Amino acid sequence: MNPLKNIRQAGSPGATPSPILYLALGGLSILFLSPFAWMLSASVQDLAGIFAHPFRWLPDTYRWENYRQVTSLLPFWRYAGNTLFITVLVLTGTLISCSLVAFGFSRLRFRGRETLFALCLSTMMLPGQVTIIPLYLLFARLGWVDTYYPLILPAFFGSPFYIFLLRQFFLTIPTEYDEAALLDGASRFRIYWSIILPLAKPALITVALFTFIGTWNDFFGPLIYINSPDRATQTH
Amino acid sequence: MIPRRRSERWTGYIFIAPWAIGFLVFTAGPMIASLLLSFTSWTMLSPPSWVGLENFDRLFEDPLFLRSLWNTVFYVLLSVPLGTCLALGLALLLDQKVRGLSIFRTIFFLPSVTNIVAVSILWLWVFNPEFGLLNSGLRALGVEGPLWLQSEAWAKPALVIMSLWGVGGSMIIFLAALQGVPHELHEAAQLDGAGSVRRFIHVTLPMISPALFFSLLMGLIGGFQVFTQAFVMTGTAQPGSEGGPNNATLFMVLYLYKKAFMDFKMGYASALAWVLFFIILVLTLVQKRIGQRWVHYEAEE
Repeated sequence: MNPLKNIRQAGSPGATPSPILYLALGGLSILFLSPFAWMLSASVQDLAGIFAHPFRWLPDTYRWENYRQVTSLLPFWRYAGNTLFITVLVLTGTLISCSLVAFGFSRLRFRGRETLFALCLSTMMLPGQVTIIPLYLLFARLGWVDTYYPLILPAFFGSPFYIFLLRQFFLTIPTEYDEAALLDGASRFRIYWSIILPLAKPALITVALFTFIGTWNDFFGPLIYINSPDRATQTH
Repeated sequence: MIPRRRSERWTGYIFIAPWAIGFLVFTAGPMIASLLLSFTSWTMLSPPSWVGLENFDRLFEDPLFLRSLWNTVFYVLLSVPLGTCLALGLALLLDQKVRGLSIFRTIFFLPSVTNIVAVSILWLWVFNPEFGLLNSGLRALGVEGPLWLQSEAWAKPALVIMSLWGVGGSMIIFLAALQGVPHELHEAAQLDGAGSVRRFIHVTLPMISPALFFSLLMGLIGGFQVFTQAFVMTGTAQPGSEGGPNNATLFMVLYLYKKAFMDFKMGYASALAWVLFFIILVLTLVQKRIGQRWVHYEAEE
């Protein structure tokens, strides 16, 4: 027997997948998609249709006005606008602060750098519930409850996970760039702004995506800090 | 490394200043305040009064707290292992050079990036005993499903099932790890006569163990902080009823929220937060210790 022949046939990579595999994947896909499909189907039915036995996936009559009602009965666009406003500011703050800090932790030398970085990482483990009560009290004392400040302001002071992510990326950029720029008389800030940031675009986009999803879907923050209906976000 | 100029001694500190200020104001300060608060009795009406360890004593005699502790442990013990297995299973299926990989990957990943509040409301319908998708499906198979969220016994398993729908994030991590396993290792093992099961146990698992470890750790930390699902899905009937039938879904963070922001018992709630933090810290350290035995890092050799 030629052992090399076996390799190409069996095992994971290189082998042609069997129909059973597609059957399994298809079945699982249906399971994963069915709640979405149900929602989509229910969204164009009236109550009687939703409570029908058995449920009709394709209804006889489509109630498109459900969508119009959502946007007219609830201040839907107002909530969406509020959410967008918060998200854009949080995104800006996160990108600026995290990239600055990551630049400091990856490309500048200073005393205590490693210790401070370890401290920064260790705060990732801290559950938010430990600090939420004093933070609430702090913002309450500042008169910021029911404003967007508690949701937006902290973003301008960096977030450990994104700092870590950006630092790891910055470390892969050769330091020769910095040296050449320094010889040409560039300041550190200039290096950060004109060399590192443009080179780190993929990492910055990743951070922006994570931040966008996280902020758009944030529930706990608005739940605690926002009381007025007209300041509410979409998740409310 | 870059030569350092004398005038630039402070540059590094200036760059990390945003984080340093944020750490002091939003993390370290509140942490100390929270620790101090946990030794006080405070309802925000009168100034806090020092009660020493009384909050912690009362906590461990509080049947609702013990209930929330048990609920949370139950949830974590079921959802983390099941979720990891499902995510790994999906990743293994997708790692077989499937056609339409990106379509399947998107389908499995989609729920995990969908808004948790929207997901909770959606699953509220899925779990509806009479008209819900789940019981309709079971009825088609000839099984009469339980009352799910309205039943004390099935409310927690229901939330576990819902959590399984969101394993897409772990699946993506596992898939990336699986694709990073060098092909030569599989070939070598195969030449030595290892079957697919043995190759999975002795080649694949050790090679993806860092990803498994990371996912388990994050699952554990996240699992102990479960809140939104329980808050949205078991409290909509009447305000204040959050926690489900006979408090079957009263999780630790939900109890903390009710104590702090509904009853305004800030001292008691702070003590609860520190117990939660302590549990997570201990479990993380234990996992790291155990992890040293089974997690295999290529770079260390």
